[in-house]
Amino acid sequence: MSDIETWRSLLAERATDEVVTKALVRDVQLPYGAGTMALITLDNGFDHTKPNTFGPHGLFALNGALAEIAERTDLAAVGVTGKPFIFAVGADLKGAAALTTREEALAIGALGHHVFRRLGELPIPSFAFVNGAAMGGGLEVALHCSYRTISSGVPAVALPECSLGLVPGWGGTQLLPRLIGPAAAIRLIVENPLAQNRMIKGREAYELGVADAMFEPADFLEESLRWAARVVNGEVPVERPVERPARDEDWDKAVGDARFLVDMKLRGAAPAPYRALDLIALARTASRDEGFAAEDEALADLLTGDELRAGLYAFDLVQRRAKRPAGAPDASLARKVTKVGVVGAGLMASQMALLFARRLEVPVVLTDLDQARLDKGVGYVHAEVDKLLGKGRVSPDQANRLKGLVTGSLTKDAFADADFVIEAVFEDLAVKKQVFAEVEAVVPAECVLATNTSSLSVTEMGAELRHPGRLVGFHFFNPVAVMPLLEIVRGAATDDATLATAFAVGKALKKSSVLVKDAPAFVVNRLLTCFMGEVVAAVDEGTPLEVAEHALDGLGLPMTPFALLQLVGPAVGLHVAETLHDAFPDRFGVSENMAKLVATGKPGVYRPDFTLDPEAVAVFSGGSAPSTAEQVRERVLAALAREIRIMLDDGVVAAPQDIDLCMILGAGWPFHLGGITPYLDRTGVASPRFLAPGVASMP
Amino acid sequence: MPSSRDVVFVDGVRTPFGRSGPKGLYAETRADDLVVRVIRELIRRNPQLPPERVDEVAIAATTQIGDQGLTIGRAAAVLAGLPKSVPGYAIDRMCAGAMTAVTTVAGGIAFGAYDVAIAGGVEHMGRHPMGEGVDPNPRFLSEKLVDPSALVMGMTAENLHDRHPEITKRRADAYAVLSQERAAKAYADGKIQPDLVPTAIRTAEKGWGLAVEDEAPRPGTTMEGLSGLKTPFRPHGNVTAGNSSGINDGATGCVVAAREVAEELGLGAKMRLVSYAFAGVDPEVMGVGPIPSTERALRLAGLGISDIGLVEINEAFAVQVLAFLDHFGIADDDPRVNQYGGAIAYGHPLASSGVRLMTQLARQFGERPDVRYGITTMCVGMGMGGTVIWENLA
Repeated sequence: MSDIETWRSLLAERATDEVVTKALVRDVQLPYGAGTMALITLDNGFDHTKPNTFGPHGLFALNGALAEIAERTDLAAVGVTGKPFIFAVGADLKGAAALTTREEALAIGALGHHVFRRLGELPIPSFAFVNGAAMGGGLEVALHCSYRTISSGVPAVALPECSLGLVPGWGGTQLLPRLIGPAAAIRLIVENPLAQNRMIKGREAYELGVADAMFEPADFLEESLRWAARVVNGEVPVERPVERPARDEDWDKAVGDARFLVDMKLRGAAPAPYRALDLIALARTASRDEGFAAEDEALADLLTGDELRAGLYAFDLVQRRAKRPAGAPDASLARKVTKVGVVGAGLMASQMALLFARRLEVPVVLTDLDQARLDKGVGYVHAEVDKLLGKGRVSPDQANRLKGLVTGSLTKDAFADADFVIEAVFEDLAVKKQVFAEVEAVVPAECVLATNTSSLSVTEMGAELRHPGRLVGFHFFNPVAVMPLLEIVRGAATDDATLATAFAVGKALKKSSVLVKDAPAFVVNRLLTCFMGEVVAAVDEGTPLEVAEHALDGLGLPMTPFALLQLVGPAVGLHVAETLHDAFPDRFGVSENMAKLVATGKPGVYRPDFTLDPEAVAVFSGGSAPSTAEQVRERVLAALAREIRIMLDDGVVAAPQDIDLCMILGAGWPFHLGGITPYLDRTGVASPRFLAPGVASMP
Repeated sequence: MPSSRDVVFVDGVRTPFGRSGPKGLYAETRADDLVVRVIRELIRRNPQLPPERVDEVAIAATTQIGDQGLTIGRAAAVLAGLPKSVPGYAIDRMCAGAMTAVTTVAGGIAFGAYDVAIAGGVEHMGRHPMGEGVDPNPRFLSEKLVDPSALVMGMTAENLHDRHPEITKRRADAYAVLSQERAAKAYADGKIQPDLVPTAIRTAEKGWGLAVEDEAPRPGTTMEGLSGLKTPFRPHGNVTAGNSSGINDGATGCVVAAREVAEELGLGAKMRLVSYAFAGVDPEVMGVGPIPSTERALRLAGLGISDIGLVEINEAFAVQVLAFLDHFGIADDDPRVNQYGGAIAYGHPLASSGVRLMTQLARQFGERPDVRYGITTMCVGMGMGGTVIWENLA
């Protein structure tokens, strides 16, 4: 059996529901008498909302097209381009999740190499015309070609594999460093995926040397074909300033620097970026065969590892589940929001006002009892708009509009025609109830009232309203403009129209909303407090702070516990802990040492230079029953598992998936943990499991 | 403001013309994209012309809806990436749309309102079949303002055979064969390709391709082949698909400028506009339109037909060309007329054709510095003709 047949027998059955990207071949007469080009269009038959991807059948299709092209003797060149707006965005992830054995995983890697490398190994030159989004395997198709053009309108060029738990293993780690140099390649392959999966645009890709020529979108293909014809005719020399092996020491330094950065971020918790760096290091000396074989091995290891499965699960959560929040009422029930009120003019309120103005483009009124605070709040918004203007993110007209939208008022009468009023006042139930009583006295009957409380009961807050059904929890995370999560809290009385309006507003704000029951501290703060509480308890008991602080490094969380405490502020952390202690005294303690730390007025245990502050550390001394790091880790994970179980049993959210979505989007917990429940499952901490085998792990 | 100044034709290009219909080159290509391609090619071919110096973009289309709507001159200018300061508009005189775009901006240039303009036309007859969305006023017929056949161009051609019995089907077919032969020779001699802009085409089924030459010409057309064709407009009639232009998709465009501005910018002017005229005739014999419009243009220029060394006449129908030639006493196969063949071979995407005539005349001028004057002329639906007289600057 040939390799192709072996791969077909291994993979074809696995991919019965693959959306197949076809390789349509059409002969094109190149200008300037340069001969005939066989032009391949990658097209899965759908519009740009369903981009081209490669599963086994798509690879077989491209292979078939290239096999026929290889047979022909009348061709001067071969070209590859995409369907409108999309080149190709990589491997079919659904298909990747369906692979169950190492043999299959090896096969998909080898098949990809077999097909793609043909492009670079034909006797005629090959051209990729990158007309639209090119990611992962899509970009690798282009990298295998002899030459590349790119449209200046391409919105996204990326090798995002490491963000999921893979490596660009269809040639990316071997071809890209040699094309653009190791440092730039590492930026695309490792650093960007670990930086909120940053993508670059067509122009940046061209400037980095990923493409040899750039043309405008209006007649991208025509001008690319003209350029290709002149390359074929030898009229255009293709110069690649970085296409030479970087000096050995540069190569080593680039890989070494990146390894240090990755370690800072992940502390070994996820294998993919390390494997990518190994492969990039290898690319300096390896032959194509050796390099591609090493990629196959890396893919096989990663594709059969639980970190990738958790990554794919997490990706699906943020791509799909976040867009269709579980339990949200019918969107048609939502009311139109044409004016927003914000009670309070502090920093949080001002951030919200800016966001509402930018996203909803409706008038936003801030109210406060104090003119100076009001001026400061509105001034903050105007200053932020000026910053956006300075960066060119908004035009001068838009800046004028945004500034005009946000105003301040000393009285709540300004809410008389508001459709949505949110409060961001002091976290005190009585204060908030008083605020809403005043607001309700002036707003229209259908106005939605929203609270940004992080821990108080929405039900209690609305109990004395004339229309308690109009109150909903609308919990942002700090900084409001950046954090993607919104916990939307349904109180006992919250009606469907109010809830639907809250979800519609959340969507308009471009946030991912999760429906949460009215339970203390909702999801993210409850779990972070649980997590933090166990760490602090261990320290209180006598575990050295440094030991507890790093006991969970193996998870690769974005922050250590005390760094998180510093970010949140000890006083806020203590307040939430007290709230949860009041609700669940048997599971949530309040550390006396924490109260002492708050009393010192220190910002946390770290000094501004991030060295430990001995005085702050001393606050926690005195315990006599120290734990090992391993013991701390076990107790934290056990506590999280227990708390999540209780939350699910209580119906705080609909499913473990919502817990994970909240932790990914609200706390920045990593994809390789799948949020948290896949990690608790795979480490055996959760018993029984939260998710069935195969959902976020190898089946 | 100057009251008059010389207007010159700088450069013209067009997309290859396609056959309309589901199998045609541009079956799944937008009309506005064809115009965009033409505008960008004009700017690219004339690097001495700073895009911001374009003062107007006049684009003709007969059916100004959908992708030929939205004030297509302005829409295409924006889509082509011209500076936003460049205005544009849409224009319509059916088949003479592009010709009218040229004469209209020329008037503006002569008056001093513009220095440089882009003029052209487009018709995607596959996406916009003739007569799409028209709503003729019932008074046309109730008051017998026009004959019922006036709105069907093939019928007006048959009517023209009635008026000129000496123009037989055999003569029309012979002229059609000549047009195809001349077009094939022009292609073989490389006269057409330099002014075509290769245009990307895509179908969902076949993927991306590139249109590099006209789809409509039928080299090797014979009298025998034509004799058997149906006469769809009249039983036992004279007008067939073979001695008429087809149903086509395509776009054209050209740069027109004040002569002094062309010189200032270093734009190579190919022709000077001498005079132009439009004229009306009975709509049911619209094909005679070029006769009075040419008479008038000659009179305005102070010239006679004997001064004209080259003629580019649109071949909507062979009979209409032959009527013109008979009127001016020119032989059917006179080499001065349509040297490269005409619309019977290339096709006639209505509002775009006028600039094709000019581009071809300009190229012929370039090869014949001995010829001083030439004309471009065409018949127009609803009973009109248009003629532009040009002076050779080569």
